[in-house]
Amino acid sequence: MTGVRNALRVALRNGKLVAGLAVVLALLLTALVVPATIAYGPNEYVGPAAAPPSAEYWFGTTTFGQDVFAQFAYGLRATFLVGLLGGGLAAVIGMAVGFTAGYRGGLVDEILNMITNIVLVLPALVVLLIVNAYLGVRDVGVQALFIGLTSWPWAARAIRAQTLSLRSRDFVDLARLSGMRTPGIIVREIAPNMSSYLFMTFILLFGGSILIAASLDFIGLGPSQGVSLGLMLNNAARWSALHLGMWWWFVPPGAGITAVVGSLYVVNVGLDEVFNPKLREM
Amino acid sequence: MPRYFGRKLLIYGLTFFVAVTINWMIPRFMPGDPVQSMLARANIAQPEAVEAMRVHYTDLFGFDLPLWKQYANFWAALFRGDLGISIWLFPTPVADVIARAVPYTLGLLLPAVLLSWVAGNRFGAFAARRKWLDNTALPIGYLLTATPYMWLAILLAWGLGVVAGVLPVAGAYSFAIQPEWSWDFAGSLLQHWLLPFASLFLVAFGGWAIGMRNMIIYELEADYVRYLRSLGASGRLIRRYAFRNAILPQVTGLALQLGVLVAGALVTEIVFSYPGLGHLILQAIQNQDFFLLQGIFLFIVVGVLIANFVIDVAYVVVDPRTRVGMGGAA
Repeated sequence: MTGVRNALRVALRNGKLVAGLAVVLALLLTALVVPATIAYGPNEYVGPAAAPPSAEYWFGTTTFGQDVFAQFAYGLRATFLVGLLGGGLAAVIGMAVGFTAGYRGGLVDEILNMITNIVLVLPALVVLLIVNAYLGVRDVGVQALFIGLTSWPWAARAIRAQTLSLRSRDFVDLARLSGMRTPGIIVREIAPNMSSYLFMTFILLFGGSILIAASLDFIGLGPSQGVSLGLMLNNAARWSALHLGMWWWFVPPGAGITAVVGSLYVVNVGLDEVFNPKLREM
Repeated sequence: MPRYFGRKLLIYGLTFFVAVTINWMIPRFMPGDPVQSMLARANIAQPEAVEAMRVHYTDLFGFDLPLWKQYANFWAALFRGDLGISIWLFPTPVADVIARAVPYTLGLLLPAVLLSWVAGNRFGAFAARRKWLDNTALPIGYLLTATPYMWLAILLAWGLGVVAGVLPVAGAYSFAIQPEWSWDFAGSLLQHWLLPFASLFLVAFGGWAIGMRNMIIYELEADYVRYLRSLGASGRLIRRYAFRNAILPQVTGLALQLGVLVAGALVTEIVFSYPGLGHLILQAIQNQDFFLLQGIFLFIVVGVLIANFVIDVAYVVVDPRTRVGMGGAA
């Protein structure tokens, strides 16, 4: 127990970790709570057209009189969801491929490595463009599925390398001698010894999914139902908010994405310092 | 070394094969009938015209042939450089439409990628372990690399273009002049190039600076650095050694980031209506021009593969271990 408490103390003393987490949690709370407090939907025409921020509409309204703050809150939801699902799926595939390739070695490794390298070289966004343009994407779930299926390779490669270095350790040999089966060894012996690494990989995949989804939405291949921060940017650009000087339409969604992804990255550096004492400030 | 390149080339060859197969498969195996949906979108009332279009499209895709033959024909057409006819700019061949847009994309992408890589690495190495710089530069770097490319582009266009009115925000050159070999035109090109370049450069710069900073910090804890330090080597010399070791993962990182950088260039072009591939993609999607979209897809994949190969060659140049077959990070 003292170990855990000690780790927590180190973690809470890390300014980067605490600050990053605070921003992420504040935005997550906004995404979870605020939509419930707004009586109307994000795409309803509720206010005056093209009004700048006011006490009533905190972030102003769009050309059509939609509440930008409502869109922002709902959009954050979609952003977190796509990060969680897309990043989660990518992490699961990356771990499955990385552990198997790294632990098994031999022909299995060769084949999995080949597949990983091929998917790695294919530019993910461009593949997603083709897939989304033909299949059409209705909701965030489908979008996240496609993103997860294309963004796992670097994680698989990194996890494979880590597994390779753990595979020949004594405790793994011991587990093998005691008759433990391969999945058991991976889940109980290898994975826990790189759990911090896996968690940080997931955070990066989470942020990456959000950025890819935002780009797709901006190009106009986002989910056809609902709102997202990327779609807001897309709408703002399409209805020339830029030239009309309606900054309140395009500043919040981009700032939201940047804040979520940026603070996740900062959390990652903080975690790295907590897990790896060498990196702490001298 | 031949083995190293042989392996790489095999992977790139397979990737190209997979990309072409994806390109061939998606319109054929997607739910629904692509010809039918194109006809529906064309929204034509006369039955004769619809029938003529159906024959035209079925013929274009070659849907009346057996599958293996369709696949073989697809490859054959590809090797003739035939990517089909653009629907948006009918009857211009897709290859021509792409060839016209490529110089703009490359002119934006290459300088932005190379300069941001060089500048970001230098700055990251400089900032690492200098407390004051580390604490100010680091958050800015993370903010930049977390910024969606299109958002920074919009902000720059708004701030410098619309509000300050210093730089133009749309197109590759002034609409008032014709493309020609003159100083006027070159100046206009440069003016229109600056903002998209700046937004691409800045986001990428943040990423490289952070990456380098983190690498250097690991390197500065390595045994060889301790040894150098115990010998009384100067901080400058130690940093130079650390930099040379830290640059290797950054070369690999350049290859890994290519897809993201290309994606960034595409959305940046869309913001500035810059007439490169990104702008074409937008037009292709809005006009349901699937041939154009697929052509661009293949073109970008080939471009990324070539760039990967160039980076592999560069890696062999900077990492002597790969030359004598000792491996290194492949």
